[in-house]
Amino acid sequence: MSRNSKKSNDEAYVRMYQQMVRIRAFEDNANKLYLAAKMPGLTHMYSGQEAVAVGICEALKSTDKITSTHRGHGHCVAKGADFKEMFCELLGKEEGYCRGKGGSMHIADQENGNLGANAIVGGSAGIATGAALSAKHLGKDDVTVCFFGDGALGQGLLYEVMNMAALWNLPVIYACENNLYGEYTKVEEMAAGELTARAKAFGIESHIVDGQDVLAVNKLSQDLVARARKGEGPFFMQLNTYRYHGHHVGDINREYYRPKSEEELWKTERDPISNFAKWLLKEKVLTEAELNQIEKDVQQDAKDAVTYAEAADYPDVSEVTLHVYKQNQGEGASQ
Amino acid sequence: MREITLSKAVNEAIAEEMRRDSTIFLMGEDVAEAGTPFKVLSGLVEEFGTERIVDTPISEPGFMGLAVGAAMTGSRPIVDLMFGDFIFLVMDQLCNQAAKTHYMSGGKLSVPLVLRTNLGATRRSAAQHSQSLHALVAHIPGLKVAMPSSAYEAKGLMKTAIRDENPVVIFEDKLMYNDKAPVPEEEYLIPFGEANILREGRDITLIGTSSMVQVCEKAADMLAEQGIEAEVIDPRTLVPLDEDSLINSVKKTSRAIVVDEGHQSYGITGEIASRLNEKAFYYLDAPVQRMGAMDVPVPFSPALEDITVPTPERVFEQALKSVKGELFHGA
Ligand SMILES: Cc1ncc(C[n+]2csc(CCOP(=O)(O)OP(=O)(O)O)c2C)c(N)n1
Ligand SMILES: [Mg+2]
Repeated sequence: MSRNSKKSNDEAYVRMYQQMVRIRAFEDNANKLYLAAKMPGLTHMYSGQEAVAVGICEALKSTDKITSTHRGHGHCVAKGADFKEMFCELLGKEEGYCRGKGGSMHIADQENGNLGANAIVGGSAGIATGAALSAKHLGKDDVTVCFFGDGALGQGLLYEVMNMAALWNLPVIYACENNLYGEYTKVEEMAAGELTARAKAFGIESHIVDGQDVLAVNKLSQDLVARARKGEGPFFMQLNTYRYHGHHVGDINREYYRPKSEEELWKTERDPISNFAKWLLKEKVLTEAELNQIEKDVQQDAKDAVTYAEAADYPDVSEVTLHVYKQNQGEGASQ
Repeated sequence: MREITLSKAVNEAIAEEMRRDSTIFLMGEDVAEAGTPFKVLSGLVEEFGTERIVDTPISEPGFMGLAVGAAMTGSRPIVDLMFGDFIFLVMDQLCNQAAKTHYMSGGKLSVPLVLRTNLGATRRSAAQHSQSLHALVAHIPGLKVAMPSSAYEAKGLMKTAIRDENPVVIFEDKLMYNDKAPVPEEEYLIPFGEANILREGRDITLIGTSSMVQVCEKAADMLAEQGIEAEVIDPRTLVPLDEDSLINSVKKTSRAIVVDEGHQSYGITGEIASRLNEKAFYYLDAPVQRMGAMDVPVPFSPALEDITVPTPERVFEQALKSVKGELFHGA
């Protein structure tokens, strides 16, 4: 990592550190809720991939859009979401971001430009590219980042929309989080050839970056976002990263597809949070005590949000038929 | 008789057929070593190898298309679609290609493939992993549709599906994979188009598909306590549909409720109810009732999700009204 000398960057560094710690804390608490059988259904944890979401979202403004995946909590936090509404959503409570209707796999935060997680692998490629088309159409300078996993490279939709994005110079950035696995299968068993070659075939400028290095991710993102805003898009990023947990919280016995030693290596040597903490100390951006304080505050924040969400109300049953259709102006109440 | 899970029953059916016929192969996501996320296919790759139990990329329209081409040229593919909701991704290959090839070729080409997938809500999996979409494919001529309601049905119908010369879509209820039922050790097949009468009764006919068969049986138990005898019928396949068994039952009972987990509007319940009205109208003492899933995307919140699907209690209440003559227009 290379230190950008300007002191004004310190705020951004601290923010990125905080956000990564927040994602980790969110996921640890989500896992606890699952293990305590307090969370309905399953969830896919983002732990280990924090630098990707945070490095990219730090380069975005709040009107910029993102589309997210089934592993979407990290993107949601990084784009500015609050713990309270997130935990409420995970528990199916009325105060959740989606009033409990979406849950973990559909969490969205419209106000901060998060168009939503998606339970269909690759399902958001069209949405992201369409959001970019819309920005261009409406004369806005918003950029859209499409987050997706290596597994989504199998989906043909991605290639149709990348082609159009390239033809029409759309302000969209395809962010492929290569965490080496799609469910229980290795990426090399699912994707032939180089991953970036796909985008290059459409003439899309492509980059490979260490997804565990938040500064590297952020530096590249700053550059690409600024250029996409000027109409130089689209771009493609391959972010090499790793998920610490199983495919979902229930995927416990996973040695048949992924050795423990590999998990250990990533966790101990490539952890995006502890490596960045070391760098912040070395560069004297933060002291040990300040790092600890951030950690403590975030943990408290998460704890409070969980307590709040657990006590919160479920939606009233009458909500079940609400929001199937949006009411048009002049129409009576929706049935 | 031994009891095995629905999951094991499916596994056995596929294994037996693959031993019998080397042209059969299976493909889908995480079907080999992982044996699918529901572990239904565990052990198959060890026996048949990765040439016949094929892990695919996450490319549903792609491998569905491969299956159509393979089926047209002498192979007998089984496609594993991890969630029934993903059927929307394969619709073109399934409905525009597989379903029509035999007809369009004047009978010269055929597409003997099986698409095995699932349905069912109340797993807290939200709107894109909880749908019951069998009505969509049942609508398309050229496709057959099977809906096993227990381990016994799952095995017998799967074997028939694999031997069928047409594209067959099988929907398993993902909440039933661990449910056990008696399944003979000896080989058996369940022919398509033969309904199963699970319980005879003279007062009302409850027609259920897939897990709704259990719902109907529980409702029948509750009705029995009130002295009402319900007949419970499982059509087992939607296409072909054993209309005669359904009609004969209704002619006897003069009342019917059709229960299915697909959305109620424009769905299976409406189709079956309408056939009963057309062919048993003068025997009816009450309007045939439809009970499907609510016409809403499946909500995540448990507080909402549970009220979207038919339950034994609701079927019971509706049946009671029907029998007591309390069903009025608009009620
Ligand atoms: C169209 C579709 N096919 C299959 C699935 C089931 N599924 C959910 S996540 C997943 C793996 C996705 O892998 P990747 O895109 O690499 O994301 P990761 O889980 O590694 O973050 C699969 C196959 C799905 N949700 N949608
Ligand atoms: Mg992956």
